[in-house]
Amino acid sequence: MSTTTPEQIQNRVVEALASFGPDESQITRDATFEALDIDSLDLVELAQIVEDEYGIVLKGEDMKELKTVGDVIDLIASRAS
Amino acid sequence: MRHNVVITGLGAVTPLGVGASTLHERWAQGTCGIVDGAGTVTEYEPSEHLSVKEARRLDRFSQFALVAAAEAIAQAGWNGGAGDHPYDPMRIGCIVATGIGGINTVETQHDVMRDKGARMVSPLGIPAYMPNAAAAAVSMKHGLRGQMYGIVSACASGGHAIGSALRMIQYGDADAAVVGGSEATLTEFGFACFNSMQALSESGISRPFDLRRDGFVMGEGAGMLVLEEESAARARGAEILGSVVGYGSTSDAFHLTAPEPTGVPASRAIELALADADVATDGLDYVNAHGTSTQLNDAAETAALKRALGEEQAKRVPISSTKSAIGHLLGAAGAVEAVATIQTLRTRVIAPTLGYEVPDPELDLDYVPGEARPLVLGNGRPPVAVSNSFAFGGHNVALVFRGPEAA
Repeated sequence: MSTTTPEQIQNRVVEALASFGPDESQITRDATFEALDIDSLDLVELAQIVEDEYGIVLKGEDMKELKTVGDVIDLIASRAS
Repeated sequence: MRHNVVITGLGAVTPLGVGASTLHERWAQGTCGIVDGAGTVTEYEPSEHLSVKEARRLDRFSQFALVAAAEAIAQAGWNGGAGDHPYDPMRIGCIVATGIGGINTVETQHDVMRDKGARMVSPLGIPAYMPNAAAAAVSMKHGLRGQMYGIVSACASGGHAIGSALRMIQYGDADAAVVGGSEATLTEFGFACFNSMQALSESGISRPFDLRRDGFVMGEGAGMLVLEEESAARARGAEILGSVVGYGSTSDAFHLTAPEPTGVPASRAIELALADADVATDGLDYVNAHGTSTQLNDAAETAALKRALGEEQAKRVPISSTKSAIGHLLGAAGAVEAVATIQTLRTRVIAPTLGYEVPDPELDLDYVPGEARPLVLGNGRPPVAVSNSFAFGGHNVALVFRGPEAA
């Protein structure tokens, strides 16, 4: 896990979110999930990708407070370090 | 007093292409959509019809329903936008039948569970494979907020859906309904299950009523209709494509998969539908048969038609099977065949039972061999047709449709 950089995490999160529907250009750190039409089902899928690829388990309560793309990137990065 | 119900929109996604008129035109031309023993929808590309999000969240069976519904709603002139309908959205019903539901999703997610563990199963699994997913998708896409549900009765599902929507509007519970059926079961597991039953054709040829028939050919697709209360549809100047005038349904209570051989329960469904429509047997111009190409169905259906119509009328009325051109669409069959039947009444062209060449001496009705023929009317009245649907489990449905005054 120590080899995962924040940039790699950011790129992977953006890639995953883009595959859920929103245009990649809209997926900035400040973009809210609401604005991107990313709902709770999408966030569970994102958590599964993170668990599968980084071994980091994100629970429902971890995800509940997340509002923006930056929030989720920071959470994953903090768990990865 | 019950309300009259007219048809103002049709949509279809079938092995013959995307579009309701495409289905009937190509069938009438003698085109068969069956390749290598399967009626696969090959002219549908999700990205041409759906957003990334829709395509990801919808099983193939729901996608077909959405595309067929959009065609039907556009033809009805509803503009298609949520909140942009000619009726109170709470008074527009939506029923989408399926026999199986989202089996593609079940198989894919089951693989995920075996490969990566239960924790990795997608949260979109259930909402994609639940049998009501197609109805939910159509309702959500178009903002239809009246009664909305799926209907499950195997290969009679599509027929039951239309019958239920008919009653909904006749009774006054809705002003309009978007209704049909959808199926996408051409998967490894789907074929394995039907093969084990020895239900599928070994030759890979769907030739209903032919002596050489050896089972059905599985197909996929969807058919959707927009139904409206007649006076409201006329008041808004809608083009009337035809009417749903009769519905009858019974059960065999006989065997899990085999039809009741005398055809008594099936014939009763036809009799009930004709009585519901107030149509006499000599007023029937066409039968769109269930005609699966199995030994048992085609014999039992022939017996049922003779019993319901009487020998003389049963031998007079032309009977053809859409399954000869697209295979058996299971829970979508009744809806797709309703679309084909209405196109028959609108165009007054009866498409043939493709592949029917060697008559079975036991089956002696007019199955429209060879080529399409004109639908001939006795006295200038609008044409009337019956469409049958029968199913594993013993479900029998007959629907009666009346075409427009002029072709």
